[in-house]
This record gives sequence, C-alpha cells and structure tokens, in this order.
Amino acid sequence: MNRLSLFGLLGLVVRRDLLLAMRRRADVLTTLIFFVMVVSLFPLGVGPEPELLRKMASGVVWVAALLASMLSLPRMFSADHADGTLEQMMLAPQSLSVLVLGKIVAHWMLSGLPLALIAPVLGLQFDMPAQALWILVLALLLGTPVLSMIGAVGAALTLGLRGGGVLVSLLVLPLCIPVLIFGAGAVEAVSSGMSAVSNLSLLGAFMLFALVFTPFVAAQALRISME
Amino acid sequence: MQQAPLLEVKDLACERGDHRLFSGLNFALAPGELMQVQGANGSGKTTLLRTLCGFVQPVQGSVHWCGQDIGEWDDDFHAEMCYLGHLNAIKDELSALENLQMSAGLAGYTASDQQAVAALRRMGLQRREHLPVRVLSQGQRRRVALARLLIGDAHLWILDEPLTALDVGAVGLMQELIGEHLSKGGMTIFTTHQPLQVAGVQTRLLVLS
Repeated sequence: MNRLSLFGLLGLVVRRDLLLAMRRRADVLTTLIFFVMVVSLFPLGVGPEPELLRKMASGVVWVAALLASMLSLPRMFSADHADGTLEQMMLAPQSLSVLVLGKIVAHWMLSGLPLALIAPVLGLQFDMPAQALWILVLALLLGTPVLSMIGAVGAALTLGLRGGGVLVSLLVLPLCIPVLIFGAGAVEAVSSGMSAVSNLSLLGAFMLFALVFTPFVAAQALRISME
Repeated sequence: MQQAPLLEVKDLACERGDHRLFSGLNFALAPGELMQVQGANGSGKTTLLRTLCGFVQPVQGSVHWCGQDIGEWDDDFHAEMCYLGHLNAIKDELSALENLQMSAGLAGYTASDQQAVAALRRMGLQRREHLPVRVLSQGQRRRVALARLLIGDAHLWILDEPLTALDVGAVGLMQELIGEHLSKGGMTIFTTHQPLQVAGVQTRLLVLS
C-alpha cells in the first residue's frame, strides 16, 4: 500500500476532474460555444466598420471570456457536494487547500485554456493585427487562471445556497474588474504602439497573489459550508 | 486483554440549529471494540459521527484521539480513520474500479488495479468492475462505497447506516469484514436500524435520546 505524496494527490484531483469532464463533454463545450457566440454577435450588432471593430476587439473578447468563465463556476463544487465526495476530500490526510488547487487547475484547463486558444481565431473577425493577437493570448493565459481562482472562492461561499448560480456571478464579477482592465489594457497598449509589459506584469502579479491566497480561502469557505 | 482507549469523547454536547441534540456525552473506544449508536430519527446519530470526523464543531466538550484533541491533530487524524456517510461519494460517470481508485487516492493511498479489483470482488461485484456506476443498483453502489474500507489501513471506521440498501448476503459480508477489522486491532463505531452481530465481539451500545 503506497502513500500518495502532496503532488500525487494534486495530480489525482486534476486527473479525476478532467476524466469526469470527458465523460460529460457537453459542459465543456457549452462554455466554449457561449464564448464564440458572444464575441461573434458584436460585429453583427455594431456593423462592419473595421476601425470601430479593431478598437473594441480586446474589450469584447475579455468581457466575453469573463462571462463564459462564470458559466461553469456554480458546478465547480456542487456535484462533489451532492454526492458526498466533498466530505471525503475533507477527510484526505493532506491539506484541503491542495485539493481545492487541483480543482481550480482542472477548472482552468476546461474553461480558461480553451478560451485562450480559440481567442486568436475570434480576433481575426475584428481585424486585429498579428502582434495584438499574440498579446491577447498571453494576457488570457495569465488572466483566466485568476478568474478560476477568484471564482473558486465565490463557488465555495455560495455552495448549497438556493440561487447560488446567479449569486456567484454577482459576487465574483466585481472582483474580476482589475483583471479585465489590465487584460484589455495589454492588447490596447500594443495596438497603440506601446509596450504591454506593465499590463502583463500586473496580470502575472494578480495570478501569483491569487495562487497564494484563494485555495486557502476557498478551503475555509468549504469547511464552513459543510457544518 | 484490555487496551488503553484511543478514541475518547468527553462531555460532548451538539446542537443543530438552536435545538440541543445531546449533552454530557462520555465514552471511550479501545482497539478491538465495536460500538453501535442507537436512537430515534433526529436524535443526533449522524451529527455525533460527523462531530467525530471533525465536520461539526461541538458546542461543548471535546473528542480526543490518542489523548490529543482532534482539532490539534489536523490532517494526520484523517489518515487513521475512514468515514462512510449516508452519501456514497461515488461518481455515476466513472466505473466501479475508477471510483474505488479515486476514493483510495483521496484517502491518501495508491491502489493498483489488482488490489482494487480484489476489493470489489470481495464485495461481490464480479464482472461489474468496468461498468459505469450509473447502471448499478442502489445496493451495488453501496457495495462499491464499502469496498473503500478494504483498501487502506485506517484504525477507526465510522459508518453511518452502512447496511442501507444491502441484501442479506451483503449484511453477512459486512459482519465478517467488521469482525476481521476488529481482530486486527481496529475500532468501529456505526449506526444502523438493522441488527448487526459480529461473532465473538460484544457490541457496546450508545443510546441517544
């Protein structure tokens, strides 16, 4: 009988959540299709003016990414809560924060990473220059993990509440505003010929900050909701 | 031979909402002992077991493991125990084998395919190992959840209604498993509304009223 190490447990939780998502692919696809649809609606609504579209591209993609990542948040812990797996997670002989981090990583791989990868294709609809597309992907890669991490705290706090789905969005969206500002700002800066380094550094700082605090806070919130 | 108790409950009181469920509860459990918690619906059996796990904070009193409060034990206490609640903690989308390996992982072990299959066979789930749990019956799901007890080396089993949905054969099997666990120096505390007798072991009763 072998004991699992801390990283072994982290890997197990990520693998488990990815495996579960592969068994019900509809959930993953919903987020992605929602993102593509929302972004595609803007050129149709605003009209085909290249100058205007280029200007609003980064903002539209970021707002759509923000909304799309809210979609799967209520499901982050609710299934495990309903079938009792969450109880067993709390009884794991390792820190609950590590398990929560595993769930956050899996959530990001299923809802943040696909958005970042498909974003350049959507950017083309807005006639974004190649350099701006690269920065958009980079900014999304740095920013979407923060959305998953802050979202995990919101999902943990609203676990088991009626109407928790809407509540989590109301709770999390205001906290994501800095990510939106600096994420969209990075692309804006490149488009107007400046360097995006400062914006990207701040996004990176947000990510590290969230990485240190949010798993712990979400774990505490889960403990409270179990009582 | 009487051994020193490992689990001690001192002057425990629990509330649910504003309702006092029980108070002044004292008992101790030594290796090889079996304890059944009895009481009417709503008398606080599940709350007591959840308090022992550390999910619920008692209003008063404390739970000690090896002489130390479980709050101070932190995660190490969890390695010594195995809890099975009302909920099976299994995923419909996964097969019985995958479920068992995942729950073993959450309990901190790696279970090889052979070990997991052997545990499932012991629980009477031959040829069901690779089926999604979705297609299994309630009793079979309970068996998948119970197979977790066979993997790992937890000293203390805390079982909340382990016999729910089980047939006569499975109840017999559970009696056998608990008997083996106790003879290896384990302890079991459980609730049930069905009779459960383990050969050669005196079941201690704890009545909540």
